[in-house]
Formats: sequence, structure tokens, C-alpha cells
Amino acid sequence: MKKPNNPVYYMLLFSGILLFIFLIMQPLEILHFRDYISVLFPKGDIALEQRNLLFIVQIIMLLVIIPVFICTFIFSWKYRADNPKGVYDPDLVDNIFLEFVWWGVPFVIVVLISILTWYKTYELDPYKPIQSEKKAITIQVVALQWKWLFIYPEENIASLNFLQFPKDTPLHFEITADAPMNSFWIPALGGQIYAMSKMKTELYLIANQEGDFRGSSANISGEGFAAMHFIARASSEENYQQWVESIKQSQKGLNWESYSKIALPSQEDAPETYNLTDPKLFDKILNKYMHPKKE
Amino acid sequence: MLGRLTLEDFKHDFVQNGAVASMVLGGVGLIALIFYLKRWKWLWNEWLTTTDPKRIGIMYIVVVLIMFMKGFGDAMMLRAQQAMAVGDSQGFLTAGHFQEVFSAHGTTMIFFVGMGFIFGLVNLIVPLQIGARDVAFPFLNALAFWLFTAASMLVLISLAIGKFSTAGWLAYPPLSELEYSPGEGVDYWIWILQIAGVGTTISGINFLVTILKMRCPGMTLMKTPIFVWSILCAMILVIFAFPVLTATLFMLSLDRYLDMHFFTSGGGGNPMLYVNLIWIWGHPEVYVLILPGFGILSEIVPTFSEKRLFGYVSMVWALLLITFYSFVVWLHHFFTMGASPGVNTFFAIMTMVIAIPTGVKIFNWLFTKFRGRVHFTSPMLWFFAFLLNFTVGGMTGVLLSVPPVDFQVHNSLFLIAHFHGMAIGGLLFSLFAGFTYWFPKFTGFFLDEKLNRYAFWCWLGGFLLAFMPLYMLGFMGATRRLDRYGVETNWHPLFVLVAIGAVIILIGASIQLFGLFWSIKNRKKNWDHTGGDPWNGRTLEWSIPSPPPIYNFAIIPTVSDVDPLWAIKRGEAPPARKDYEDIYIPKNTPIGMYIGLFSLIFGFAMTWHIYWLAIIGLIGILVNTIIQLSGNDEHDLITAAQVQEMEEARIRGNAAL
Repeated sequence: MKKPNNPVYYMLLFSGILLFIFLIMQPLEILHFRDYISVLFPKGDIALEQRNLLFIVQIIMLLVIIPVFICTFIFSWKYRADNPKGVYDPDLVDNIFLEFVWWGVPFVIVVLISILTWYKTYELDPYKPIQSEKKAITIQVVALQWKWLFIYPEENIASLNFLQFPKDTPLHFEITADAPMNSFWIPALGGQIYAMSKMKTELYLIANQEGDFRGSSANISGEGFAAMHFIARASSEENYQQWVESIKQSQKGLNWESYSKIALPSQEDAPETYNLTDPKLFDKILNKYMHPKKE
Repeated sequence: MLGRLTLEDFKHDFVQNGAVASMVLGGVGLIALIFYLKRWKWLWNEWLTTTDPKRIGIMYIVVVLIMFMKGFGDAMMLRAQQAMAVGDSQGFLTAGHFQEVFSAHGTTMIFFVGMGFIFGLVNLIVPLQIGARDVAFPFLNALAFWLFTAASMLVLISLAIGKFSTAGWLAYPPLSELEYSPGEGVDYWIWILQIAGVGTTISGINFLVTILKMRCPGMTLMKTPIFVWSILCAMILVIFAFPVLTATLFMLSLDRYLDMHFFTSGGGGNPMLYVNLIWIWGHPEVYVLILPGFGILSEIVPTFSEKRLFGYVSMVWALLLITFYSFVVWLHHFFTMGASPGVNTFFAIMTMVIAIPTGVKIFNWLFTKFRGRVHFTSPMLWFFAFLLNFTVGGMTGVLLSVPPVDFQVHNSLFLIAHFHGMAIGGLLFSLFAGFTYWFPKFTGFFLDEKLNRYAFWCWLGGFLLAFMPLYMLGFMGATRRLDRYGVETNWHPLFVLVAIGAVIILIGASIQLFGLFWSIKNRKKNWDHTGGDPWNGRTLEWSIPSPPPIYNFAIIPTVSDVDPLWAIKRGEAPPARKDYEDIYIPKNTPIGMYIGLFSLIFGFAMTWHIYWLAIIGLIGILVNTIIQLSGNDEHDLITAAQVQEMEEARIRGNAAL
């Protein structure tokens, strides 16, 4: 650039630097927070598949974005009003070929992403069981004000704000709410699904590493919403069995009466475990809103 | 007697008291100033009772300015709270107050800043661009403005009296139902949106008819400026979508007031119905906001590139396609509700299809610059920033439209970064561009260019810093609307960065505000001496003096080109004839304002269950409507001789300068 004394030059330089800073910031953030970016560094196959899909779509999109950015900068510099060498052609307002290109190229890209999306949406349908030699563990999830209750119908135990399961075993979540609508999300393991009263949504997830993952509420549910998160612990099979056994020994039972007490609004409850004495508890919670309101 | 209103409802915490005090002081100060300057009569005759769209447009923008300050203040509080409330620190807001603030922020920014700013510009520019002297229904136009103002006053009142909704800007049930939100907050929200929504629908009908029926001779639809096209499409969306909002809110209010069960958890209600309905309105609403932005840029880029718009026909078809597709994508706002993969796939693909016409628009703007002479005035700077931010926002939008990816980023800060990229980087930047571009048209002088540039760089840098880290926070599992979070999440450093970004934006916005006052104060120095065409314009609004005379066009133009003024300048079309005619101007009427006032009373009374007052409000609305409907449309006559005199006086005045 021979003539840096040009305002357009500074404008482009300055915005280029700004963009560069934010471009370079992303990998730096990723390196620095590596262990905390659960969506990009997942611990389970479902989340991994979702992450890979994100990357693929991102790369395809960059095929459009990068030319736009380059054109923006080049055209701004080349066709600035005071460029002595600038070509000026005010009647260049239509070009069938060019227009064909930018209706056509995005179209092809969208078709490509659409096919990928179609295929992947069916493959990663949250309701679809995960193929595995191990039998899936069913966990019933109830979103309450403002805590999460987990019921293990096969083990006859339940836990509050704490979830434990063996790694490499498919998890089958059945989700409902006895509170305002919420969203059940363990970012390290995979996508979220809404929790709604009277309705049962399902979600299949799997953990492929041991560890404690943050589980959260993703939909505003009132006053205590921010503190409504839980620990999802993926452990070894033995450790999990021990945990189950220890709860079965415990005296704290969970039936409709004790559930009704737990369901009262409260915030920041410490993790708790229960011996499930009412195996139909989840169905009762589901049916709670089914019958007409009694006054 | 006073319904649910008690003295308790006037008590607030320190922060809110400060806001209320400054608001009341500002209001009292303003009234005192008008008394001091003895301007009541002027205010009443020239502004409050006017039906002139140019005046109404300016009043829209004044209200928008006030609401922008409120919405921006809300945003700063949210950012400050999230930068502070980590671990044991509780920040300075309680959870309830924080939730009120984000609900108010969203409602204010969408309904009263975005929509208001758009309707302001539409009022100012659309009649001028189509060569019309007025809108189709001048009274309805005034009425729509006063309903808009009444609703925004109700927002301000909710700050001082009682609490606002804590259920988010879309108030999903069952959280927004009586069971979980028994207070007045959601009722405030409902009536604010009902009043504003009716106003918007009325405006939509008015401008649709104006554009379809009042274009000047020779302006066929395919010779209509793209800004007008974009407004036409936006108004079609308004007319189809806003009745859905009104009906949905009506059902929600039946639930809340008469104990019905449309959306309740129990009693046979279905909250999922509400979520569907609100987004059937909500997604077209997104395009009501962004299409005018596209339209504004389609005017600015050709003007400052000294070229015609590249691919006019493509642009029109792109607008129409977006208009159509915006009605078949609403489900992408809740892929996570558990619909079958078939349903999710359909809506995902429809969403991606919208990216095609949007991409076409971007390439057309780019190639409008190609082989042009690009002048980087501040509107072009805003366009430059728009292009960079909007493409990034569009890319993340496509990511969000892929259901399996959406499951992982839905309701996270990634989503927040995406739609603020569209709302600020897309909509607000283009509105700023349009405001700077058309400012000399409706005032006669320029905005201070230097201050505008400083503001621009603060906005761009601040915006990137305030929203880029949000993408990463979303990937870290940070959900939206958190009033506090743990240390172990490691989100805190990024939240601090984001807050710094917000402060930089605040500096930019302050410079802009100062720049506005500075420009008004020094208007003599910034006067536009070109007699109405400072940018070497291309469309009809630049063919008349600035600020335009009350009748806009002394002679209704006849056009034969998409860019009529450009054609005259290039000698391709004959200049306008000079035979003046009698012009009828609709008389001023205060009835629009009265109906607005009674709507405000009605909304307030309903919120607090003061039914006798609500009935008074309703009767007031009814009586005023009957008075308006039974009167004849009265007009003032400006004779041809007077027009000629005014026009010649103006030409002499210009020569004297």
C-alpha cells in the first residue's frame, strides 16, 4: 500500500485488526478453557456426534462466509471513490451469470446441508435407543421448583440434584415436570429436551468417560432457576452398583407423601438419595395434571 | 376501589428507585421547560394533534429514544449482574428483579425500539419515496402512534408501580399462568403488548394500502424503490402475524382473569399450544424487523456507490420468498420439545431455505459496490459492519437450524449471541445507517459526521467484545437468564469481558446521543445547502426540499424508472412540470391521542383489576371512536396560488443562501 494516508485504508485496517483479534480470540479461549467447553469437548458419543455435525456444517458455511468477507474488503478498497485507478461502470446492474451463481451456489449448499440434516436428525433423534451390548438404564426425571428428581425404576431408588450411572451404558431418560416447563440438559453428554408437566419426553444419552458433569436447566422456570443444576456422575460399573446398594440400605423412603413435600418450591437443595417405596410414583406425577382441576 | 393496588407496590429497591426518580424528574423537567418556553400551544397544534406522517415519524423516533435508554439501561444491569454474581457473591439484583429486567429488556427492545424505529422511518420516508402527499388513512396513522406511545408509557409506569413480568419476553406458560405468576407482572406484559399490537396491526393495514394504492403515476410495482418493497413485505407479515399475537394474548388473559384453561398445566390446558402460537407470530415478527433493515441498506449502498442497485428483480423476489418462508419455520424455536424427527427435519430445511434469498441479497449489495465509486460516509460504515456481523450471525443461524446441533446450543448463550448479532449487527446497524442517511431529509441539516464515526467504532468494537464471547460461553454450557452461577463453571472471565464490551457500547451510544444534541445545537453549521439532495440521491424523496413542505410534493411526479431522480440527472427522463394545483391536507385531530390515553387507562386498570376504571377507559375509547367515525373527514385547502407562492419563496430563500 503506497498511500496509507487514506481514510478508507485506515477503516479497513482497523476493522481488519478488530476481526483478527476476535478470530484469534476463539482458539485462545478454546485452549485456555479446554476442560470447561463441554459442547466442543464432549464425554459421550451423542454429544460427540452432535459436535462433529456442528463442525461439518460450520465448514460448509465458511465456504460462503469467507468469499463474502474477502469481497467486502477488496471491493471497499478497490472501488473507493478516490481511487484513481478505479473502474466505474454505473450501468453494470444485471448479470445473468453472476446472479445464477449466487442463487445457485447457496442453493446447492443448502441442499447439501439439508440432506445431511435429514439423515442426522433421524440418526440422532433423542427418542432413538442407542445400540449397545449393554442394556439401557432407565432414569425418570422430574423437573421441580427448583430441583431435579431422578427416579431409577429398575433399581427402586431415587435421588435429588444428583445423578449417577455407569459409563459406556446407554441411558434412557423419561422426562416430565411438576413445575413450569424446563429443559433437561447435560452438555457433556448431549442435547437437551424439554420437561413439561403431564407430558413425557424421552432422551437417550451415553457417557464414554468417567467424571462429574454439570447438568442444568435450560429454560426459565421462575425464581430459583439459576441455582437449579445438578451433578451427573459417570462412574465404573462397580462403583455404580455400590452406590445403588448403599441407597437401598438407607431408611429414607420416597412415596407420594414424601414426594409432595419435596415438590414444594425450594432453592439450592443439597443432593439427596431415597429408597423408592412407590414404584408407580412417576406415573402418578404424570397423571397429576391429567384429571380436571378439583376445587 | 383500587383493585389490587396498594402502597406496597410503590416500594422498590435502591436501583429501581433511582431509575424511577430520574424518570419522574425528567418528565417534570420536560413539562416545566415547556411551560417556561410557553410552547404548549405550539406543541398541541404542530405535534400532538397532527396527522402529518412526517411529524408522526419524528414523534415515533423521540419515543424510541426514551425507550432505547430504558432498554439499554436494562441491558447494562443484566451485564453488570452477570459480571458480579459469581460463586458466593449475589450481585446487586435479586433473582426476581433480574428476571423482571431481562423480560423488560426484551419486550422494550423488540416492541418499542425495533418496531418503533421502523415505523418512524416508514412514516418519514415511504410517502416521500412513492411520490405521495400523505398516507392512505392519516387518522389511523395518528391513532397507531398514540397506541404505541400509550403502550410504551405503560412500560415506564410498570417501572414505578408494581413489578414487571418475570417470565421472559415471550412469557411461556405455565410459568406465566396464575399458578406460578400470581402477581401483576404478566398482566402488565399482556396489556402492553395488546395495546402496542393493535397499533401495529392498524399501521400495517395503513401502510399496505398506502403502498398499493398511492404510488405516483408511472410507478409500477417493479419500479418501486426496494425500501418500499421491503416495507410492503413487512406489512404483509404484520397483517398476517399480529392478529395471532392478539388472539394468543387474549387466551392467556382469559386464563388469568376468568380461570379458563387454554394453556394451564392442569384442567385440560396445553402450554405447547401457546408456544406454537406465539412463534407463529414470533417468527414473522423477526422478519418484520429485519426486512426494513434490508430495504434501508438497499437504498444506501447504491447511493453511496453511485450505481444502481445490482439485481433489482432478484432483490424483489428474495424479499417475497423470505416473506413467504417466514411463515413456515416457527417450529425451529423449539426443536427440543420432542417432536418427531420428520417434523423437525421439515422445519429445519425450511429454515435453511431462507438463507438462500438472504445470501442473494448480500451478494447483490456487494456487487452494487463492484465498479462503483464508493463513498465511505457513516451510513456506509454501518453497512460495512452490518455485512461482517450479519454473515456471522447468519452462519450461526444455520447452525442453530440443524436440530441435533440445536439440541446442544438451544437456550444457551450461543443463541443469545446469534440473535443479538441479527438484532444489533443486522437491524440496529441498518437503522442507524438509515437514520443518518435520511436525517438531513427530515430536518434540513446533517448529523455530526465525526461524532458519528467515533460512535460507530465504539459500537462495532463493543459489539464484538460483548457478543463474541457469548458463543463460547454457550459452548461451555452457560444457559440464558442466569442471575448467578458457580465459580467452578469458569464462566466468570468471559462474563467480565462481555460486560466491558457492553460499557464500550454504552460509550458509543452516549456519543451518538450527544452527537444528536450537538448537531441540533449547531444546525446552522451543519446545514444542508444543496436544497434537499445532499447525497446525490436517486429516489423521489431527494427531489423535494428538506425538510419537505407540508404537502410533500408541490406537483405529483410522474416516473418511468426505478431511480426516477437518477434518471432525470442523467437526462434520461424529463424534469418535473411546473403547473401547481389545489392541495387538500387533512385537518388536525386530537382524537387519536384521546383514544391512546383511554387505552393507557384501560391497560393500567386491567393490570390492577380496577374494573370501574377499566370500564371508563373502554367507554372513552368507544365514544372517541364513534365521534371520529361519525364526523366527516375534514381537510384544509391550500390553493394552487398559495402553493406557488410557497415554492417560489423557497427558491428565493435558497438563492439567498
